[in-house]
Parts: sequence; structure tokens; C-alpha cells
Amino acid sequence: MTSLKVSLKAAKEILPESLYKELEEKLKRAEDLTPAQKQRVVEETVRRYIESMVEPGEPVGTVAAQSIGEPGTQMTLRTFHYAGLMEFDVTLGLPRLIEIVDAKREPSTPIMEIYLDEEHRYSEEKAKEVARKIEYTTLEKVMSSIEYMIGEREVRVTLDPEMLEDKGVSPEDVLNAINGTGLGRAVLEGNVIRLELSEKAVPDESLYDLKALKEIEAKLRKLYIKGKKGINRTSIRVADEKVVDGKVVREYMIITEGSNLAEVLEVEGVDHTRTTTNNIFEIMEVLGIEAARNAIIEEIMNVLEDSGLDVDIRHVMLVADVITWSGTIRQIGRLGVAGEKPSALARAAFEVTVHQLYDAAAAGEEESLRGVTESIIAGLPPRVGTGQVVASVEIRRGGNGGSGPS
Amino acid sequence: MSAKKPGRKILEHRLVPEHRKLSVEEAVKVFKSLGVKPWQLPQISVNDPIVRLLNAKPGDVIEIKRRSPTGGTSLAYRIVVAFERRA
Repeated sequence: MTSLKVSLKAAKEILPESLYKELEEKLKRAEDLTPAQKQRVVEETVRRYIESMVEPGEPVGTVAAQSIGEPGTQMTLRTFHYAGLMEFDVTLGLPRLIEIVDAKREPSTPIMEIYLDEEHRYSEEKAKEVARKIEYTTLEKVMSSIEYMIGEREVRVTLDPEMLEDKGVSPEDVLNAINGTGLGRAVLEGNVIRLELSEKAVPDESLYDLKALKEIEAKLRKLYIKGKKGINRTSIRVADEKVVDGKVVREYMIITEGSNLAEVLEVEGVDHTRTTTNNIFEIMEVLGIEAARNAIIEEIMNVLEDSGLDVDIRHVMLVADVITWSGTIRQIGRLGVAGEKPSALARAAFEVTVHQLYDAAAAGEEESLRGVTESIIAGLPPRVGTGQVVASVEIRRGGNGGSGPS
Repeated sequence: MSAKKPGRKILEHRLVPEHRKLSVEEAVKVFKSLGVKPWQLPQISVNDPIVRLLNAKPGDVIEIKRRSPTGGTSLAYRIVVAFERRA
């Protein structure tokens, strides 16, 4: 028994946590094994684990590149709709993968998944309440018409009661927003807001200038009423369905078109531990580089799994590590990781060959031919795997007690 | 660089692993055990929201307890650097 304990203790030092736990668990359940047999199982596990580890000098980057690249050739080139919902377009498949790896500052279809806190997540009404606080609402969205006459100071804005209701905006909110513009004084009459343009905002002569009036109209249309910048559309979705005590309990969440993580996390009713965005730069800025690393891994794995590709997560983790290595998000391309290689030949081998060589020559760069790419170009064995080891014989000359012939 | 300090609640986010600032002695121990020089570690910016919450300065080593999908938890290290973001 003691020897089993000793080898288990040794195994704990060597094996990763999850593997060790699994081993411990399975041993507990294997009652028909003698302690001696169990010990052999432990020893064998450790041996196999050590055997399966990456060897020093193994070109893990190349293996990762091939492991993602080959299945990538089978990916679709189309943009699909969001799974189950036809409301939003979401970039998936190869275009999305390229977006992540190229470290695009904004995804072409920014999306947020907003989870709600304990109080708001179980009722569709309360979820809608939060969604209203988040959705960016301008005057344009809640009005039905805007009228003005050349030469007259009055602008009539007719509100749309249905839209006001839908967005959770009161006519007074709109009135206050219009009064806050400094364009003049506005009064509310039923569903119509009359705005009297002031002399200061619009001098008499521009009253006959159609361009100036059009500008004022545009300003009013884009007038901010409520919500968070960047969130153009929201939609309520069922995140989870459970049966508790014979009753169906639905958990609601909000999906948005557009993204603004920093501000949405501050909104009351939002679960700040689970809410995410597909804009990885935003995650880096709000939650830090390690969160960005996790987000990259999740996003890439999601894209690959959606396309039905089975790529080991370790390759993706390596890619995420390389992207976030410098503390910021670098693309895997000529403007990022590949362009920062110390060797001019390695850079030239990637993209814009002539340019790279010109620049290197102008800067008087030296080529030490130590990397893999340069070695292959020069026809040398790359320093990878067994190529790392160089046998050398030391020949001592003269001196005391040399091994050479005297 | 916004001067406003990030709120502590970002630490509770699902994507944020546990960060810890190492003392100089601990950092030296890490360098020895890994056989690396400080500049060989992955980097983290002083402007990183988590680093600002930890009040870490350039040169400090941050220990990150990652919840790894393959190995339970694993420890990773980053060194705090002061860099201006490249265009």
C-alpha cells in the first residue's frame, strides 16, 4: 500500500491536474485491482504521459500551422446566419478565422452576447427592460416624420407612439433631448414636438439656405436619446431551458448587433461575469490580455467546430500564445508576428519579398542563418529536432595533459 | 490611456484568469526554475487593466493561473513592460 502511495505522490508531481484527478478517480472505482496492480497502472500512466510530451526541439509551430491550415482548406467561404436565428448576419467559417488571425481591430459583424443577472434573467419582460437601456436609440428611430419650411423657424417632429413604447422612451425624454441641443426651444403637443429655432443657432440668412436646414434635420435625426454607443440592434433569446419542479424555467439573454463591452458591463441587470463580445480588441482593452487570449482560443475553436473540423485545442492555444506574446494583439502576418522575425530572409520568404530585401540591405542587416526558414533557403539543416544537436570534437593543442598525441 | 482605473468586477469575468504579482524573490525563483532571462518571458503591458488593478510596475512578474482545457490549471508567467502600442 505504501508503495502505491509513493508512486501516486510522484505521479501528482508529474501529471497535469486533470489527468491526475482522472487517474485517482478511476483507481478508486477499480476495486478488483490489487494495490500492486494499481501501482503498475500509475507507473504506466506516468510513463505514457512522459512519452507523449513534446520533445525539445520539436517544431510545434509548424505542426500547429499544418494542423489548422489543412482542415482550413475545407472550410466554407460563405457568411452564414446566426445559428437558429435569422435576424443577424454573423461572419463564420474561413472569413472569421482570417479576421481573428489577422487581428482586425473590428470584426466585420460585431456581436455581443449579454447575459443577465439573477433578477433579470428569468423574465422576458425584464430582459427587454435591460435591452432598452442598452440599445442605442436616436430620434430617427422613434419618430414618424420631420417637417420644416424654407424661411420659417418652426420644425415639427412627429413621434411614433408604437416605437416609443417599443424602445421604452417617453415623449418627455425626446423633448429634453431636443432642448439639450441648443437649437432652440421645443414644446410638446400630443405626439408632435414643435421646435422654434433660435436666432443664435440659425441666423436669418441661413433660413433660406436649404443646405443649412438639411444639416439641422440630419443633426436632429441622429440625436441621441438613450442607450450605449455602437449597439445598433438588440434581440432577446432563450439561453437555457430547464425543468425545475415540473415547471419550465427559461433563462433569457440579449444578443446585440454592434459591440461596446466597456459600457455594457456597467449597465444594471447585466451579468458582468459572462457577458462577452466577439471583438477581441475590446476584450483586451477592458479585461486584459489574458482574457483576450482565452477569447481567441474560444473564437477559433468555435469557428472550427461549427465547420465540423476536429483540431486539437493545443494548436489553437499555441496560436493564441503567439498572438498575445507581446502583451498586445499582433496579427500573424507581415505586419505582426512574421514581420518581426529577426532574419531578413525569413521575412522575405513570407510576403513582399523584394521590399523586405531592399529594406534589409538599406539597413545593413546581417543574416546569421539560425532560423528554420533561412536554413532551408540556404540549404542548411534547420535547427529543429535532431538538427539542433551538433557533434563537435575539441582538439586541444599543447598545454598540459592534452589528449592529443604528444 | 484612460486615467480611470478599471473596476474590480472585471476580475470576476469568466475570461479573466487569476493574476498575482510575484515578489522579487519569487520572480528570481521562477527565472531559475524555468531557465530563462526576464526578457524571454511573454509580456504584459503596464496599461493592461488587470496589471493596473494589481498596481504592478514595469519589471514585475505576473503569475497567471490559467484554467487550461487540457490540464486543469496551469501556471504561466508574464513580465510587465512599458510599451507604446505600435501602429
